[in-house]
Amino acid sequence: MITSLAFRLTKRFGAKVVLDDLALEVRGREFVTVLGPSGCGKSTALNLLAGLTQPTRGEIRLDGVRIDGLPPERRGFGMVFQNYALFPHLTVGANVAFGLVLRGRGKAEIAERVRRMLELVRLTGFADRYPGQLSGGQQQRVAIARALAVEPRVLLLDEPLSNLDAKLRLEMRGEIKRLHADLGLTSIYVTHDQAEALSLSDRIVILRDGRVIQAGTPAEIHDRPQTVFVADFMGYRNFFPLTVASEEGDTVLARAGALALRGRTVVPLRPGDAAVAAVRPEDVETTTEPPGPNVVRGTVRLTEYLGREHGVEVALEGGPTLTVRLAHPVTVGSALALRLPPERVVILPAEDGAR
Amino acid sequence: MRVVSLLAPSVAYLLVMFVFPFAYGVLLSLRPKGGGVSLANYVAFFLDPWQARTIWVTASIAVPNTLLTVLLALIVAYAMRGGIWLERTITTMLVLPIALGTVLVAEGINGFYGPKGWLNQALLSLGLAEPTRLTHNYTGVMLALFVQHFPFCFLMLLGYISGIDPALEASARVLGAGPWAVFRRVMWPLIAPGVAIAGALVFVMNFGVFPSAVLVGQPAGATRTIAIAAYQEAFEHYDMSMASAIAVVMGVCQLAGLAVILFLRRRMAGTGVATMGAGKR
Repeated sequence: MITSLAFRLTKRFGAKVVLDDLALEVRGREFVTVLGPSGCGKSTALNLLAGLTQPTRGEIRLDGVRIDGLPPERRGFGMVFQNYALFPHLTVGANVAFGLVLRGRGKAEIAERVRRMLELVRLTGFADRYPGQLSGGQQQRVAIARALAVEPRVLLLDEPLSNLDAKLRLEMRGEIKRLHADLGLTSIYVTHDQAEALSLSDRIVILRDGRVIQAGTPAEIHDRPQTVFVADFMGYRNFFPLTVASEEGDTVLARAGALALRGRTVVPLRPGDAAVAAVRPEDVETTTEPPGPNVVRGTVRLTEYLGREHGVEVALEGGPTLTVRLAHPVTVGSALALRLPPERVVILPAEDGAR
Repeated sequence: MRVVSLLAPSVAYLLVMFVFPFAYGVLLSLRPKGGGVSLANYVAFFLDPWQARTIWVTASIAVPNTLLTVLLALIVAYAMRGGIWLERTITTMLVLPIALGTVLVAEGINGFYGPKGWLNQALLSLGLAEPTRLTHNYTGVMLALFVQHFPFCFLMLLGYISGIDPALEASARVLGAGPWAVFRRVMWPLIAPGVAIAGALVFVMNFGVFPSAVLVGQPAGATRTIAIAAYQEAFEHYDMSMASAIAVVMGVCQLAGLAVILFLRRRMAGTGVATMGAGKR
């Protein structure tokens, strides 16, 4: 049981800065997710923590003791890889026993522990199979059992679910959450999937081009994104470039042509500032209200049946497109009045370049 | 019927290019110069110490050279598995001897390692050594074979080793394996089949050594290999039948070497490496 893992890491490959002074303190039993698009440096961060790559600058402290000088085999971490990385020449049992054998544990103890680990990941009876004979989900459960068998001080997970199909991914997500809670693990999880990050984490760190863009609890990140990049990542599908017209506490009114939107701000904005209004498809509702701020009219251009709801693309008067989710079907070409509730609209500072 | 017609070209090719010459050679070896059908050639070969000892001479070159080549190629290829600085340049340099051919390599060895070669001249001018005899003897042949077969063996093993998912090594490290444990418990079991194949091929090439044994060896004595014996029968004594018998003996020795290597491989791989390819990745 650890109480804290604190690190501050910079990694350069030649002139390219892969990780720019990533600093974080993870408390014992915490589940922290590093979320970001591919190439943002998140896997590099995990490899640095594991000791598989050397940082250009920085330090790692486990309960106050520096461990960045230790080779990977002496850090006592567990790691789960995207492609499972099971040893193909060893049985499932021998894979799980691998770390224990290296630690010189007794035969009986190893056998008992392997049995318990396989039970934990619900693979009792699979000990004599080879990895090649298992499905992807089973292989990843073996990989998790193998990492947990040595009672790692910190569990590192590198996109462990991205090779699995959608149904299995949900199932394994629950499994990881259960194991983390039941065993009192300290976990650092790397992913590009916001749903995984939101459902698993105590804390999320969003990384872009090797820099932390925002960090906070899942609810904070989800409801109060500070940048267009984070909002985009968190499922805000609609973005409207506007200019701030007036501000009132943490709500502002912003306009562009006929479009006027009132919304919340997370980062303070002043009248005249260039801004972007962000709203999620599922937060838009149909309305009978007369036109005004936050009420827009448009024509249905495309509908998509999504099972419980309908995805609808609406061409607004004046040009922009709004993507919404509606409970009831609408026909292409029909006119629609929509309301964007001010409490669900986030007004963000405009960024240079693309979102 | 269609399958048969599709197979026909390759079957015909094998028959003409391989089966027929091979069968012809075997039959020829059973019809000694004196007439009749008998094993006289084989008896004569094994009863003549000058001839029979070529098996020992060849093996004493082929076996140590195979071990040395495979071991060094394995070390270099393993060290390069994670990619190294100037990798392409180094690989190109290592591979060059394959393109040069046996005779050129032998000439190069004579020029460099010979009594008046660069190496001895350099050593002498530094006052470091007596002129060392490195060519026209056992050492010369060993050098030539090594220079020719190392690149081939190295490339094969490099391909084999780079095919192993680097995450396997990473996960072994994190689980507590130091560099040696990674090699012994993870990498070696996965590389071993490739090492066996590379070793088998190098051994077969080594056992058939001919040009190097003549050009940088001592073909009348220390490096009179079995291929030289066959050549002399065929083109000095014009006894094609005897030459065929020697060639057959050579083939049997090569097959025996292969059998030993494959037997060792099977014993080492008793843990299920065979399932390796079945992994879903």
